[in-house]
Amino acid sequence: MRDDFAKGADMEITVNPAGQQAVVVKLSGRLDLLVAADVKQRLAQVVNEGFRLIVVDMSEVSFVDSSGLGALIGGLKAARLAGGDLRLASPGPQAQAMLELTTLHRVLKPYPNVTEALQAG
Amino acid sequence: MEYSPLRAIFTHAGWGPAEWAAFRRGLIKILVITNLTLGAYYLLWRGFVSLNWHAWLFALALFGAELYSYIGSVLFGLTVFRLRERGEPPPAPAGLRVDVFITCYNEPVELVRKTVRAAVAIRYPHQTYLLDDGANPAMRAMAVEEGCGYITRSSVWQGFDRHAKAGNLINALEQTTGDFILILDADQVPLPHILDRTLGYFADPEVALVQTPQHFINVPPGDPFGSHAPLFYGPIQQGKDGWNAAFFCGSNAVLRREALARMGVYFFVRDVERRIRRALREADTVIRRAERRLLKADRQRIAPALRALRKAVAQARRELDRGDTFQEVTERFQRRVEEAARLVVADDLRQIMADLAEIQSAEAADIMRSLNDEALLAELAARDRSPLAAIETVRQLIPLLVNEAMDYLPISTISVTEDMSTSMRLHATGWKSVYHDEILAHGLAPEDLRSALQQRLRWAQGTIQVLLRENPLTLPGLSLGQRLAYFDTMWSYLSGIPTIIYLISPPLYLIFGLLPVNALSDEFFWRLVPYLAVNQLLFAVISWGRPTWRGQQYSLALFPLWIKAVVTAAGNVWFGKKLGFIVTPKTRQHGRYFGLVRWQIAMMALLAVSIVIGLGQLALGWRNDGLPVLVNVFWAVYDLIMLSVVIDAAMYQPSEEQ
Repeated sequence: MRDDFAKGADMEITVNPAGQQAVVVKLSGRLDLLVAADVKQRLAQVVNEGFRLIVVDMSEVSFVDSSGLGALIGGLKAARLAGGDLRLASPGPQAQAMLELTTLHRVLKPYPNVTEALQAG
Repeated sequence: MEYSPLRAIFTHAGWGPAEWAAFRRGLIKILVITNLTLGAYYLLWRGFVSLNWHAWLFALALFGAELYSYIGSVLFGLTVFRLRERGEPPPAPAGLRVDVFITCYNEPVELVRKTVRAAVAIRYPHQTYLLDDGANPAMRAMAVEEGCGYITRSSVWQGFDRHAKAGNLINALEQTTGDFILILDADQVPLPHILDRTLGYFADPEVALVQTPQHFINVPPGDPFGSHAPLFYGPIQQGKDGWNAAFFCGSNAVLRREALARMGVYFFVRDVERRIRRALREADTVIRRAERRLLKADRQRIAPALRALRKAVAQARRELDRGDTFQEVTERFQRRVEEAARLVVADDLRQIMADLAEIQSAEAADIMRSLNDEALLAELAARDRSPLAAIETVRQLIPLLVNEAMDYLPISTISVTEDMSTSMRLHATGWKSVYHDEILAHGLAPEDLRSALQQRLRWAQGTIQVLLRENPLTLPGLSLGQRLAYFDTMWSYLSGIPTIIYLISPPLYLIFGLLPVNALSDEFFWRLVPYLAVNQLLFAVISWGRPTWRGQQYSLALFPLWIKAVVTAAGNVWFGKKLGFIVTPKTRQHGRYFGLVRWQIAMMALLAVSIVIGLGQLALGWRNDGLPVLVNVFWAVYDLIMLSVVIDAAMYQPSEEQ
């Protein structure tokens, strides 16, 4: 039964360093409850590896649910506790709507693209 | 669940269940309105005419207690005014992903096995998990034998607050992927059709929670510990359901994961905003204090910087109100604070750095802790420090407060009754709840007085924690009906002091001759008696044949427990003291428990003595106030009967076969 459940999981995570301290984590697929724990763990790992500015590239994310947003908050917490930051870049319309529905955009302001997210602040 | 003999008569008269239910709901509305009108009539007279100012302290205290009870009646009346009987549930759609969580801590393995076995055997396809917070190897072995998933805390919890059952659930939510979650206590054995009867409600995409009754099968005849809650798991939850405020009771309930997750994200954002506002408030205090302490010599150099700081705080508040993102608000604020600091000459800046070193080490930890501790926060703001240090403190505040406790929590951790708090937050986020009044699990109640009292204490403490941390009257997002439905439950736990006032009233009169009313005139009786009578009638119609006497006795007799709960919960919320929360033992503790009910015994002795004195003096002709004596003796006897429940419970010994 568990195997059936896991079939829905469809997410690719690619990590590309963008400088000494900065890294772009590109998510592709559905950011939902099936992958939330993996994503959170991966973001924490990137912080542990010494990166301080984490930009999550959302351009290829087709769908986000609230558990997925919870994973992003987990990554944000890890980054902030290490003295760094986590930023979202180019979320699609559905992700943008979820961010606004939950008011999370007030904490995680989405940037239009990866370059701006890396350069801001 | 209704066994009214009256019902049988009316059924013969040709009334179907629908007519009957409609009749009852109408009758309840009429009785609620009558009751509240009579109560107001009585209380207005009591307040304006009858107070005996010769015994003003006692008179006001008793009037206060009566006012408390009346407000309770209003809240209760509102709750049951919209009684919602759901009847047959909608059919469960096929193909939902459902997890069943069984929470356990230190219960006997064989007891938990019964629940696990029944949970695995639930008919609707699902995955069962045992959430073992005791991480007991024997429990793990049992779970494997029964073909049940087994979850313990992951390593990320090491060194952090475990948040008891709330933490246990959060941990499991992270390790599982079901869209719907049935939650069961370790001693709640589910029936095979529990999911078939509850999942259908989730066809409404706004429904977050379906709660079913907690029913106990091990309660001895007479229910000595008042375990059954037929009024709560019935008319009260049905009444709350009418206001979309039926709440989560920790077990025998199905939850929608997306609702929990969305609520968690939403409350995370609110927590961040709350912390920023708190930081700004403290910044204000620090700046004002620095301004007051400014020496003449410094005024020229530093006052402009402090003024600029104050403006920065006000500006940040305006931006928050306007709905700007927190990042923008805090970045701009930090920039303005740095600009303000530059107004101070370079020499002073060096001084700032020196002060800073001192502040950072000592105060950083304090400030973070202070978020949950009003007293410490006040002390911090009042602490002496140089104006220069004040500037630096303000600069540090927001990062300190905001970055520390960023947590996404799909179950509320603000109270030991995480269930009630979680459902209140769900309601505040716009979700709906359902109370389905059908027994779908067979549970075990505490089997001795100590365990029963511990359980009651925990519920009361948790409810008061919620009241003090997230008052439903002010929590944004709730409807008025929801606010009052939650507040009703909290208000009922404040009954300790009013009960003491009621209990000592007869002795005060019979022994010391203190009468809180001017005179026990006809007027008094004509106002009080109809009020009390309609009150009882309303109660009878609401309970509709369900036995409620034990519950009434306990809610009065446990007055010392209610007071203890309020005091310890307030100490916990305001001063960070420990609650003394103890997990309820599931096995019987041996012995008799008079020590646990010593206050009730003392009160009973006082009542008994006052009866003897009152009647004795009357019989001997030493006093001639016959009517007041008889009225007070009546109340004293009533109180004795109510209180006697704890004596029975303390002496209770199970028979051999039990």
